[in-house]
Amino acid sequence: MNALTPITAHTGRAVALRRDQVDTDQIIPASFCKRLTKSGYADALFAGWRKDPGFVLDRPEHAGATVLVAARNFGTGSSREHAVWALRDGGFAAVIASSFGDIFRRNAWRNGLLAVELPEEAVAALADAAEADPGFTVTIDLAGLTVTAGGDRWEFTANERQRRLLMEGLDEIAVTLAEDEAITAYESARHDWLPAAGPRTTPARSRARL
Amino acid sequence: MSAPRTLIDKVWDGHVVRRRADDPDLIYIDLHLVHEASSPQAFDGLRGTGRRVRRPDLTLALEDHNVPTDSLTIADAMGREQVETLRRNCAEHGITVYSLGDGRQGIVHVVAPERGLVQPGTTVVCGDSHTSTHGAFGALAFGVGTGDVEHVLATQTMPLARPRTMAVEFAGALPPDVTAKDLMLAVIAQIGANGANGHVIEYRGAAIEGLTMEGRMTLCNLSVEAGARAGMIAPDEVTYRYLKGRPDAPSGDAWDRAERHWRTLPTDEGARFDRTVTVDAASLAPFVTWGTNPGQAVPVDSAVPDPEAFADEADRAAAERALAYMDLAPGTPMRSIAVDTVFIGSCTNGRIEDLRAAADVMRGRKVADGVTALVVPGSMAVRRAAEEEGLHEVFAAAGAQWRLSGCSMCLGMNADRLVGPRRCASTSNRNYEGRQGDRARTHLVSPAVAAATAVTGRLTPPAGLR
Repeated sequence: MNALTPITAHTGRAVALRRDQVDTDQIIPASFCKRLTKSGYADALFAGWRKDPGFVLDRPEHAGATVLVAARNFGTGSSREHAVWALRDGGFAAVIASSFGDIFRRNAWRNGLLAVELPEEAVAALADAAEADPGFTVTIDLAGLTVTAGGDRWEFTANERQRRLLMEGLDEIAVTLAEDEAITAYESARHDWLPAAGPRTTPARSRARL
Repeated sequence: MSAPRTLIDKVWDGHVVRRRADDPDLIYIDLHLVHEASSPQAFDGLRGTGRRVRRPDLTLALEDHNVPTDSLTIADAMGREQVETLRRNCAEHGITVYSLGDGRQGIVHVVAPERGLVQPGTTVVCGDSHTSTHGAFGALAFGVGTGDVEHVLATQTMPLARPRTMAVEFAGALPPDVTAKDLMLAVIAQIGANGANGHVIEYRGAAIEGLTMEGRMTLCNLSVEAGARAGMIAPDEVTYRYLKGRPDAPSGDAWDRAERHWRTLPTDEGARFDRTVTVDAASLAPFVTWGTNPGQAVPVDSAVPDPEAFADEADRAAAERALAYMDLAPGTPMRSIAVDTVFIGSCTNGRIEDLRAAADVMRGRKVADGVTALVVPGSMAVRRAAEEEGLHEVFAAAGAQWRLSGCSMCLGMNADRLVGPRRCASTSNRNYEGRQGDRARTHLVSPAVAAATAVTGRLTPPAGLR
């Protein structure tokens, strides 16, 4: 993956999707995962639910919202990173929920989609506000690890490494490749009976380019 | 004497490439499984940066998500292109690929274990959430996104925060007709579809020791449906018997050295888990889902729950929404629910023991009128083994379809897909809205319940036929 543009904060209008357990099959059905690209998934986002003409994300007053306020266990299910690409291509820069599927959260941060976990009461308050006022705006600050909106302020935690990568716009693979010496040392001490899927090969080393 | 450690701790500690304060551990990956649907963008990323696959020898690719199960030709142009892209990428990087038409082809999580590639104490990743399957061998195995696929291809490592540990202790022995599938549906119903978020589970207790490797794989496979990063079971004699003699398992002197190491892996007496959950195995019955997440499950002999009975407001709303989608009314006996499709297969329940259990129920019986039953072996090796035992004849005589191997009707990505508001008893892993096809309604069940349901046309435990 190439280096990203550094992200330090995001401010945008919020829209609430008040459903628990929004799984990645809802975020993007498997039939859209046949594509070979990392972008161009806007049409796939919530494709099943979008058949309902009243679906909240399609209401004109929420057009242009960039912060999705979800509920419990958002992004549960499949490991498909397409779910993150679809949210991003659909215009979202952040998802605030009371919990996330583990794989989804990791995928989200890697792609610069801020998956922010807040207590249930905070998420409910944000959802209420976004429903009452489509212009309701939320700010997520990565440096201070805070969410501010409508005069309220909440703190959140993040995986330190992922936060640093994002704020500095670093390519994670390049960072790991800088550890080549440690990886090679580990490899030379591995047990000889460990499995191999093909003929043994000498490690192919890529240059660490930060 | 060092402090007692869990199986999870031991495998983790044995794979730390680099540890540093205030940074996640860099963990070495022993085996990387790749399939066509989650890898094309990862290989593109390598090309774009001029990087190479560090260890093609520790990487195995399979074609499973897009493949048809009634032909060796992929009719769908996009699916075909994805499979052909995998073949080109593997050829470019020297990665072994078991392609459609190869006798070793099948679902990635069925093939890797049956080849003997998954060994106790190893780390396994794949761009697929059901990679948790391989924890059955005492491996630390978990699903990752495409960005991590690229990271592992390039570095054979992953920077990972140490997970929390959870013991799921099964008390008592399993009653008859209660399978690993029922056990895990009961666990998820008890703790919820996010009950194990952030944790790696170790399954423990006599009920686990009594399971075959196939049953253990079903159990660990479904760990992710409880939100767990991974699920693990300590290796024992059952594990060693399963592995010995498999094509990619160690042999001779290497086996002896490996086994000596494997025997050091089980959790030490007195080791602490961050959390412990106890499940009364002896009180369980065959389970079936009524809703649209795997935690919405009840014993098949009970009824569709009333959303009003849920104390939590969000649970109540989720139940109402699920029942509307499933077109079910509260109080309806589960056994009165009629299905039009039965799917037996997937990485959860597509192994030889699963097919034997289904065949035992179907033997001498017929699939009910109006029901389409698909039996899809999880690999071509499973298919051959089943045919050697004559299972395919049992299914054919019953009127069920006998297919080639692949992910099939588990996920609505290939030609095996439900069209319209069909209702399916499925041995797969997810009952999400639209998972098996647009508007499809899924009831997750064990292979024995699926087979009995095929015979009666209504959700039925095997005891219902006796």
